[in-house]
Parts: sequence; C-alpha cells; structure tokens
Amino acid sequence: MSSRDSILNKIKNNQPTEENQLPNLSVLGLEKFDVIETYKTVLKGIGGFCEEVNNIEEVKAYIATHYPTAKRKITTLPELADIAETDWTTVDPHTLEDVDLNIVKAHFGVAENSALWVTDAILGQRVSTFITQYLAIIVNKKDILPTMQQAYERIGNLDYGFGTFIAGPSKTADIEQSLVLGAHGARGLTVFLMG
Amino acid sequence: MKENTIDHSHAASKFNKDVERVNWHDETLWFVRSKRDKAAHNIPEWETLRETASNIKFNVLSNMHHYLQEFEAKAKENGIIVHWAADGDEHNKIVHSIIAKHGVTQMVKSKSMLTEECHLNEYLADNGIEVIDSDLGEFIVQLRKEPPSHIVLPAIHLKKEDVSNTFNEHLGTEKGNNDPQYLTEAARKELRDTFLTRKVALTGVNFAVAETGEFVVCTNEGNADMGAHLADVHIACMGFEKLVPERKHLGVFLRLLARSATGQPITTFSSHFKKPREGQEMHIVIVDNGRSTQLGREEFRNSLKCIRCGACMNTCPVYRRSGGHSYHNAVAGPIGSILAPNLDMKKNADLPFASTLCGSCSNVCPVKIDIHDQLYKWRQVLVKEGYTPTSKTVAMKGMSAVLANPTVFKIAGKAGRFVVKNMPFMVNNSMNAWYKQREMPAAPEESFREWYAKKQKEAKDKK
Repeated sequence: MSSRDSILNKIKNNQPTEENQLPNLSVLGLEKFDVIETYKTVLKGIGGFCEEVNNIEEVKAYIATHYPTAKRKITTLPELADIAETDWTTVDPHTLEDVDLNIVKAHFGVAENSALWVTDAILGQRVSTFITQYLAIIVNKKDILPTMQQAYERIGNLDYGFGTFIAGPSKTADIEQSLVLGAHGARGLTVFLMG
Repeated sequence: MKENTIDHSHAASKFNKDVERVNWHDETLWFVRSKRDKAAHNIPEWETLRETASNIKFNVLSNMHHYLQEFEAKAKENGIIVHWAADGDEHNKIVHSIIAKHGVTQMVKSKSMLTEECHLNEYLADNGIEVIDSDLGEFIVQLRKEPPSHIVLPAIHLKKEDVSNTFNEHLGTEKGNNDPQYLTEAARKELRDTFLTRKVALTGVNFAVAETGEFVVCTNEGNADMGAHLADVHIACMGFEKLVPERKHLGVFLRLLARSATGQPITTFSSHFKKPREGQEMHIVIVDNGRSTQLGREEFRNSLKCIRCGACMNTCPVYRRSGGHSYHNAVAGPIGSILAPNLDMKKNADLPFASTLCGSCSNVCPVKIDIHDQLYKWRQVLVKEGYTPTSKTVAMKGMSAVLANPTVFKIAGKAGRFVVKNMPFMVNNSMNAWYKQREMPAAPEESFREWYAKKQKEAKDKK
C-alpha cells in the first residue's frame, strides 16, 4: 500500500465519529467602528506611513519629494508610466534586485489590521512587492473593509495563482525583541488612501 | 536524532544557574504575553473567534479523510505536485529526491517547525545538501548549531551580545557592535545573496484550504516569499492537520494567529499560494509522522487543532523559567509537552511533568485546546505504561499510603513539622528538589487538625 493510502486509511479509522457542523461565520465582524480612522491608526502602529490623496498627480508629487534618491522605480500602473518602469513584468525576476521603489494598487484594504490584498493580476511579478527596497501601495478609501470577515467575503471564489495580504513594512524582532524594520522585504511602506 | 537527551528538570536546573539571564528570559516572554493580551482585548468578539476557530478545527478532525482528498485533488488541478510521507524519514527522502532531481546542492528554507520535527537539515547535510534557514532567528541559531528554542521566536534565549559574537565570527560584523538594526542589516545583505542564488526554496505551511487547494504562509520578514518567488522549485511541507475546510475560514484564523503569537494585528505577509508561477515547479509534502495515531487518542486529539502561535509558551511559568531547549523536542512548552509523548513516550515521558497545571496555557490558546488537562492525562497514561522514573513512582506510592490512612497522615505531619523546625538540614539539602531556588516557609506550630480539635475543646469548655 502506498503511504498515501495507508495514511488515509489510518485517518479514516481514527478520526472522531461525531458529526461536527461548521460554525456560522455570519455572527463575526459585525462591530461598528470608524473604518478609515482605524485603518490609519493601525497602519501607523505597525510602522507604515499613510498619505491621503485625491488623485494620481498627488501620488506623483509625493513620490518626487519623498523618494528623491530612488534610482529604479517600477509600477504596474499605466498612469505612472512617466515616473516608473512598466516593462518589467515578463523579465527574469532576479533582475528586480536593484529596484528601489515599487508602486502598486491594492484590490482592497482591511481596517482592523491595515492589511492590503494584492494578487497576481496586479503584482506584475510575485516577488516585486518583496524584493523592492521601498513599497508604495495605492488603495481607494471606499475599498477599506472593516475586518478579515468582510475581506474573505470580498475575495469569494476569485481565482488567482498567488495573492497576499501586506500589512506594513517587512520587520523582525528576532534579536532581543527589538523591532527592526526592513528584514528581507521592503524597508518602508507608504499607503496612499485615495478619494 | 540525538540519543541520551537529558530530562527537562535537569536541563532546567542548568538553565537556572544564571539567575540574571533566567529573570531576563522570563520577563521577555511575559512582555510578549502582555502584548497578546492587549491585542486580544482590542477585539470585542475575541472569545467568539476562539470558539469559532476551535469548532472549525473540530470539524476538520472529524472529516480529515474527506478534506485531505479534496485538498489533494484541488492542489493537483492547480498544477501542484502532491506527496505523502508516513514519517519524518519518508518526508526527508521526498525532499531530497526533489532537490537531487534538479541537480542542485543548495536550498533556502523559511521557517518550518515540521522540518525541525523531521530533522530535515541534518538529513540533507548528510546527503551533501547545504540548507540555509532564512528567518532571522533561525539563521542565528543555525549559525550557532543550536535548535530553535521557541516555535515563533527561535532565538528568544539569546541576548544581542550573543548574536553580535555569532555574526562577528560568521559574517565578519564589527566586534562588540550589539545594535539590532546593524546586525539585522548584516543578515539582510547576506541572505539577499542567498535568495538570489538558490534554485530550490522550502517553506512551511500555516494553513491549507481543502476547498481551493491553496496554502497560506505567514511571515513578518518576507523571507518565505523572497525564497519561493525567486526559486525554480518551491517545496511546501505540512502536517496534515494544517487543513481548513474553506477559504473563508482563513479569516478567522488570520485574525487569531498573530495576535496570539506576538500581539500584532496580523503578520506582515499572509501569502496565499494556489498555483506555481509560470515555469515554476511547486510541491506539497503532506506528512503524518504520528499525527494519525494522535487523531485516534480521544483524550489527546484536540492537540491537533494547534496553529503554532506559541501563546502557551509565552504564558507558561515553567517554560519562561526553563527555556525551550530544556524540552528536547522541536516544539517546546505546554503544547510540545502534549505532542511529544505521542511521538515517543519513553523519550518524552518527563515533559508532561514540566508543568504546574496552572491552566494559563489553555486560557490563552486561540483554538481552545485543553492543554493543561491533557498534560494531566498524559501523566496518568505515562505512569500506567511504566514510563515514569522509579523515584517518582516510589514517592507517589509512599504519598498514597500516607494519604490513605488518617493515623499515618497525622504522624507523618507531626514528623515533618518537627524535622523542618529542628533538623532543617535533613530536608534542605541537595537531595530535595523542593528546596532548589526556593526559600521554604517556616513550619507551623500545629496542624489544622490539631488546631481544630483545640478550638472544639475550647468551645465545649465555655459551655
């Protein structure tokens, strides 16, 4: 018998026989709070920066003043083609090692933990939001959801190859519990709340 | 696997020799536990979340056979290659065969307690494969040739001076520079080169979704993603209990995991891997290694609900004052102590006794595992099966004889009080573990029974 079959057989014999219904999730995530204010507070708490903008021109202006030394900038947003490269999505991902700033647009954000949901469809390359030294993510204010409960309702049965929630810059506290931003991924995250 | 491991209490007494360091270890973990409390109290429905998570996992345990097959079928549909390993040895062989097939001798790995459990690194080293652990804490302990001492905080037993010395020796950082920012930056540079040059990356799995065949890997550092998205081959290893039924259930667990672990609202990255990227090969190794046996132990099966947050360790008064290495098991602390005897009762018979049964672990567990009850139940099993040390058995038999007979109890109590008062050297010596690191209270003048009898008599005399 293959390991697969013997494992499955043993599980079948040993698993509990009681019927256990799945719990009702609709009772969760019903708390009422100020979604945008919570988002901003939580993001600050985990080391991210929040910038409220009205349009893409304000994003460009912010980047020009706050990332003046960023040599290589990339984006998947056509409207930013004048300030960042857009032709990198099919190259060997290793060539992104010298990217200083990556600007993407998230599908939505979550207030309770300030996480932003991005998938293959907007990443260009999976490694792009990790390998860059700094990361900037644009999200529409109306796309900030209260909790992870609403987040998965929104994702639903969406098909993707890869998707990730990004909450703040990469970090570690593995040396004596001292928080250090910029472990292996982005050293800093700016979130543009648009609208 | 190393033989002749020393038991928990002996390892703990060694750890306790450096009083200052033990106090620091204790306080550091309590600080993490306090952060967990703060995060949990921020969520008014926290208790409902815990209850829900526990019930979802209970449903998983009851339908494991079905969900595993559903997961396998969906993962295959998504283009993932699925392997099954009955034990650690088979798991190691599968991983090695994938690496060998690609003709490489190096691999980068992100945190996976399962591979620690299976001793994968040692196996691959013996077979000429170099493995580099990329989680900063794991990278540190790997350089020092130590196992992780905590499942979430692998280097929590080390001070920054230790890390500085290790990095000075291995990475050539400045001697005496203990700045965590500087040390982290050195590791970042070193590991960036590793990520960029490895063809094979291995990650653990936090959750696997039966409904969709995807799996989720959570990190703060981004190391799992850096490895997986740059490598030609991604191998993900999981114990079969990592399953959740549907994608929407991830919401419940992601709300609980990081808050319970470190007090963060969520880990920086919660990456959902569903299909390999174009041109990439993706493997999942589903491991049993004793889990199906544990599933059949009615009193202990709930331990399989564990999502490896480490909250039970951070809160445990014994873990905090004995250190992860004292548990001589990949998973230390309270949860490790109920998982380990299932793997090897003889070797791990000491672990369920490494607890005060205070119940703090069960109170913080995000999936409501009855950890302290299971510790107590394991003790009974281990005594019955004859795995406890003779000294303990003799002491327990003596105790039960004394407690069973009121006259003997009375005499023993009197003798005990007399000895503590008049001949303290008889008990306060190196033979008596109760006196280690402790000042004992003075013996009372009389027992409760004597006091009660006296009061009764006084009351009677008044009448």
